[in-house]
Amino acid sequence: MSSSSQAPESWISAFCSLVGHEYFAEVSEDFIEDDFNLTGLQSQVPMYKEALEMILDVEPEDATEDEEEDEDDEDEDEDEMQDGPDGVSRGYRRAADAAAAAAERRHLRMASDLSVIESSAEMLYGLIHQRFITSRAGIQQMAEKYELGHFGYCPRVYCNGAKVLPVGCSDIPGQETVKLFCPSCLDVYTPPNSRFQTVDGAFFGTTFGCLFFMTFPELDVGATKPNVALDTSGSATSPQSTNQMPLDRNSTRASMASSTAQPQIPPSPQAPNGSHQPPQPDNINGVAPRNLAPGLGQGSIYEPRIYGFRVSEVAKTGPRMKWLRSRPVDVNELDECRTWAESQEVAASRAELADSEMVDDNAEIDGGEVEDEDMDAAPEEEDGDREQQNHDVDSAQLREVAQRKKPSRRKNHDALLNGSGGGTAVRVGDGG
Amino acid sequence: MDDFASDTDSDYASYWRDWFISSRGNEYYCEIDEDYLTDRFNLTGLNTEVQYYQYALDLITDVFDMEVDDDMREQIENSARRLYGLVHARYIVTTRGLAKMMEKYKQGVFGKCPRVICESQHLLPMGQHDIPNSSFVKLYCAKCEDIYNPKSSRHNSIDGAYFGTSFHNILFQVYPALVPPKTQRRYEPRIYGFRVHASAALMRWQEERREEMKERLRARGMETGFEEEDEGVESEGSEGLEGEEEEQDGIDDMFEVPGAAQAVQ
Repeated sequence: MSSSSQAPESWISAFCSLVGHEYFAEVSEDFIEDDFNLTGLQSQVPMYKEALEMILDVEPEDATEDEEEDEDDEDEDEDEMQDGPDGVSRGYRRAADAAAAAAERRHLRMASDLSVIESSAEMLYGLIHQRFITSRAGIQQMAEKYELGHFGYCPRVYCNGAKVLPVGCSDIPGQETVKLFCPSCLDVYTPPNSRFQTVDGAFFGTTFGCLFFMTFPELDVGATKPNVALDTSGSATSPQSTNQMPLDRNSTRASMASSTAQPQIPPSPQAPNGSHQPPQPDNINGVAPRNLAPGLGQGSIYEPRIYGFRVSEVAKTGPRMKWLRSRPVDVNELDECRTWAESQEVAASRAELADSEMVDDNAEIDGGEVEDEDMDAAPEEEDGDREQQNHDVDSAQLREVAQRKKPSRRKNHDALLNGSGGGTAVRVGDGG
Repeated sequence: MDDFASDTDSDYASYWRDWFISSRGNEYYCEIDEDYLTDRFNLTGLNTEVQYYQYALDLITDVFDMEVDDDMREQIENSARRLYGLVHARYIVTTRGLAKMMEKYKQGVFGKCPRVICESQHLLPMGQHDIPNSSFVKLYCAKCEDIYNPKSSRHNSIDGAYFGTSFHNILFQVYPALVPPKTQRRYEPRIYGFRVHASAALMRWQEERREEMKERLRARGMETGFEEEDEGVESEGSEGLEGEEEEQDGIDDMFEVPGAAQAVQ
């Protein structure tokens, strides 16, 4: 952290101040100098050592000062070296030693090499950056940038200007450019400015977006950008009308934050609970309900209308994508474990009645050479997508559930994988 | 907004509408036919909405030849813009207006959907209200059926009522072939390759809603309009943005065997 502010002339800060690099955090040199953080990068980046030296502003011959003329492109690096050799040289030594062999080659380096190294350095920096922003220091730096709105705002109207985060859709460089993840609608968007089309998404990585919001669960992701609508027209009509809609419909994005936590009428959380919906938990699947996709759900779904009349779903051009922006009014519906446990109780009571039938089933299945473990999983899978929780539940009960449920829907395979120890969906929230 | 005061002198003498729609920030407008503007029936009620209605109309139709001072001209100019916008909202739902807007839509004049999964689907301008001064113009994506703010600030100051709430829906009713296939693909937030429970649970819930909708549509014999259908749902529905999905599908295949065996029996 100290080094990032200490040297405004360093390669890193120069890189981060380039046009289009506004999303980057300045990786601290301490982080880069820790070899552990660079594990595996050597094989991904050509001219790794030279690139690393460039990032760290190390001259392999840094004891001698006579190289300045030789390396026009790195004049600024030289300055930095002279400014603060004490603070950083300790770390540089190591890199310099390691690069001793490369040092001689550098004497002969030509301008074309420099541009190759430059691009290698950018790639290397990006890959280090991907790791850095998931570290404590890095995520903190990104949090500051997020708070300041450096990453921009969600273009979706119903997200009401929620702040977004840069993410990658791939962790492998060269595949996708950087995208913006909106926590309010859980979707990714292309940055509005084309200058970000040259920034590799892998430099931010797939993990960062979600990890960020789990690291800072208290952030109000639905917070609105000030003056998002009609600030220039000077007319009071729009703010009023947009403010009224939530009241009419009981839950729009504006009131969503409060309405889900304390349903409908903010003043007294107790009274309205019974009347409209069951009490909302403080925490659903590891997230506060107000931070679970506040930009989605009733009132935040676009409703196509022609002359004021809604377009029917069964029209050929009718709305088909509302599911994408939907969200249960009662977030308890998302508590899959509880739903599952409840279904277990029902199943348990029925199990006794269906005992003889079950025996038959067992016989058939055993004949099919299926392990018990798999059988636990198979019904899970059939009843859709329950989170696997109780591995130790009697398998007869499970089968009973499977019979009760309609067997048609097997669109999601999480449950199966979980059941057999694969674990595609992870309950991170409970841990933290 | 920036240059009309200086440009008007020369431009109103030529064709005001040409100048207006070609000036910067007005790319979303199409040109309204002269005969549409001169038919008073089409302008019903607008005289109460617009100051200096007659002058503004004269200006739009290039018959304004009064000598007025700059302040007055500016006011008339503003009225003309407003009147043009309000007539525009009516014009673009006519057959000719729709055809013009469709051309612009095909060319991508209105921009592309910022949502990554929509893969640069062209957008259409729309308003959230039909009453002027209510909200600025928004952009509708027919693929995700959602509305977005224009990314350019010069478009963010156009009144949404100049396009109206109905236009884009009518366009697709009139040209149903233009409706893009919907996609079930979506972004899945992941941490080190693992889906995150909170969002994954919500997405499962949403997908249940989608399947319910598909059931409803199928019950009526309707096409669901999704680009990947039934047999593709399992693999493509979960097709994330990462390559590791294939691996998972492979594992699934392994476990599908007992289920299949059961089904056979």
